[in-house]
Amino acid sequence: MSTNGTLLSVSGLETYFLLGKGWRVKREWVRAVDGVDLTLAPREVVAVVGESGSGKTTLGRSVIRLVEPTAGSIVYDGIDLLSLSASAMRAMRRRMQIVFQDPYGTLSPRMQIGQILAEPLRLHRIVAESQVHDTAVELLARVGLEDYFVYRYPHEMSGGQRQRIAIARALSLGPEFLVADEPLSALDVSVQAQILGILRDLKERDGIAMLFISHDLSIVERIADRVLVMYRGRVMEEAPTAQLIAGPLHPYTQALLSAVPSGRPGDARPRIRLEGELPSATARLTGCAFASRCPMVESECRTSVPSLEPKRPGQRVACHRVLPT
Amino acid sequence: MLLEVRNLSSSFFLDEGELKAVDDVSFDVGVSERVALVGESGCGKTIVALSLIQLIAPPGRVKDGEVRFDGQDLLRLDDEGLRLVRGKGIGMVFQDPAAALNPVHTIGDQIAEVLILHRRLSKQEAWREAVRILGEMGIPEPEKRAKAYPFELSGGMQQRALIAVAVGPQPRLLIADEPTTALDLTVQAEILDLLKYLRDQYHMALLMISHDIGMVADVADRVMVMYAGRLVEVARTRDLFEDPRHPYTKALLGAVPRLGEGATQPLEGIPGRVPDLLDLPSGCRFHPRCPLADDECVRDLPRMREIPYARTAECHKLELQ
Repeated sequence: MSTNGTLLSVSGLETYFLLGKGWRVKREWVRAVDGVDLTLAPREVVAVVGESGSGKTTLGRSVIRLVEPTAGSIVYDGIDLLSLSASAMRAMRRRMQIVFQDPYGTLSPRMQIGQILAEPLRLHRIVAESQVHDTAVELLARVGLEDYFVYRYPHEMSGGQRQRIAIARALSLGPEFLVADEPLSALDVSVQAQILGILRDLKERDGIAMLFISHDLSIVERIADRVLVMYRGRVMEEAPTAQLIAGPLHPYTQALLSAVPSGRPGDARPRIRLEGELPSATARLTGCAFASRCPMVESECRTSVPSLEPKRPGQRVACHRVLPT
Repeated sequence: MLLEVRNLSSSFFLDEGELKAVDDVSFDVGVSERVALVGESGCGKTIVALSLIQLIAPPGRVKDGEVRFDGQDLLRLDDEGLRLVRGKGIGMVFQDPAAALNPVHTIGDQIAEVLILHRRLSKQEAWREAVRILGEMGIPEPEKRAKAYPFELSGGMQQRALIAVAVGPQPRLLIADEPTTALDLTVQAEILDLLKYLRDQYHMALLMISHDIGMVADVADRVMVMYAGRLVEVARTRDLFEDPRHPYTKALLGAVPRLGEGATQPLEGIPGRVPDLLDLPSGCRFHPRCPLADDECVRDLPRMREIPYARTAECHKLELQ
């Protein structure tokens, strides 16, 4: 691992999808990720928060090249990922793994858990064949499951247990970096806390760095060191977690935080109401992506794109209206 | 009381056996009262709602019980009587508005249809009223949106349109099943505000069903907690949050992350998993996960008991807490 304190460095990342196909259909680009810069230190957990359509999932997948970015650069531990061949990239994936929101969709229904965990061990020749079973059992123990689960099938397990398996499989290759894409969203609250505990152990005990993608700030607060707030493919604000939650500067972050339910009766915070509507996914934005709903909008916001700039120590904001303090 | 439910039981009769989705559930909803029914996935909360208006599909059916709404027993009504109650008496809003709205009719037509049926308006009056209701539900440019098809609207706008269809006939009770679950945070808060407004403006009672006990805190007057097919605790919202009595309610509240408490309050999950409704544990259904469980809990199913200040809970160990 590099010694300069950067594990992952992403700059100017763009991932566009072409929408529409066939004769006479107008083909348009969806700018899912539209110029994102991001750095991650070893052992650091950075959360990406945003609403649906913000591009947070595409960002997570682009970073490990599960979808191919359109432009930009991704440097992982000094290696330029976008210049790697497919086979070199496959080898890199030992070091970077992903856990998805829906574990059921990512576990083969025909394979026993033992086989699911053994597959990456064999593929990447992590351990000798005689050690595969014992290693699978060890992986299960790390996510709090008993050894008899190696003989179970995914459909025999609860959602929380399946998410544990998905995490165990990601751990099998000994990664130092994990993309966790809404890993708790499909789970009941009573189970969420268990899985969050496992992820926190990975961070604190095993020192695994994470890009933690989530729409839920009250979860993010419990695991992330830093937060990026995304809106329509762009980063609106970036700050250390506690600082962002205590003092959001971007009007969108402020609105987002004010919409989080208090979870206590009679404790409703004043809420910032957003008027207007999201721009369409294919719209070419000439100004700030949030301009159509922003309560502080000015004419400048519609004509020039604000860049992400430091407005407070540690806190960067992409907004024309926020002044540095 | 507007709605009185007594000993309601609904089951699904599957090849594997009888799945008791709702087991001996009793509760009331008062005129213009907002009540939340909360529980984790698979606890039977949606089946309670569907049972009330006889919408369970085979192999499921209501096995037993009484549902009195405005003096009528809904479980004994014929199809025509039910048709009148659904819509004019009880409106319903579902989690996925895209699936509940008809994709081949405009939003305005769908609202106008129920107005013609339940409020006997003429076609023209119904259309004008539909546009007015859309505006009242917070849809910008309602004249234009009334002519739109559901797929042309965002998720939040679709949910507003579905609420417009449900409240058009001015029902006395609105059942909202996870009305905000599929929506973004900022939109979710707006829909909750809309539901509160309907009570204040039309004295419409609300039965809101949700998996998210944290979210209902600001909406409901009373909260009912459901676990594995049974109601385990019912109390006024503030009482329930400040002083939960059932160990499950306590655990559930302890598992809700609240913004701003990440550094000070560790999140406590509930050990184990929700029981399989086809293979329920003996005695109290929560006993395998309960820190207070003893032999009595393993042996006997506890009964709902009254506790002071108009609340009830179903637990053998209430005195210990």
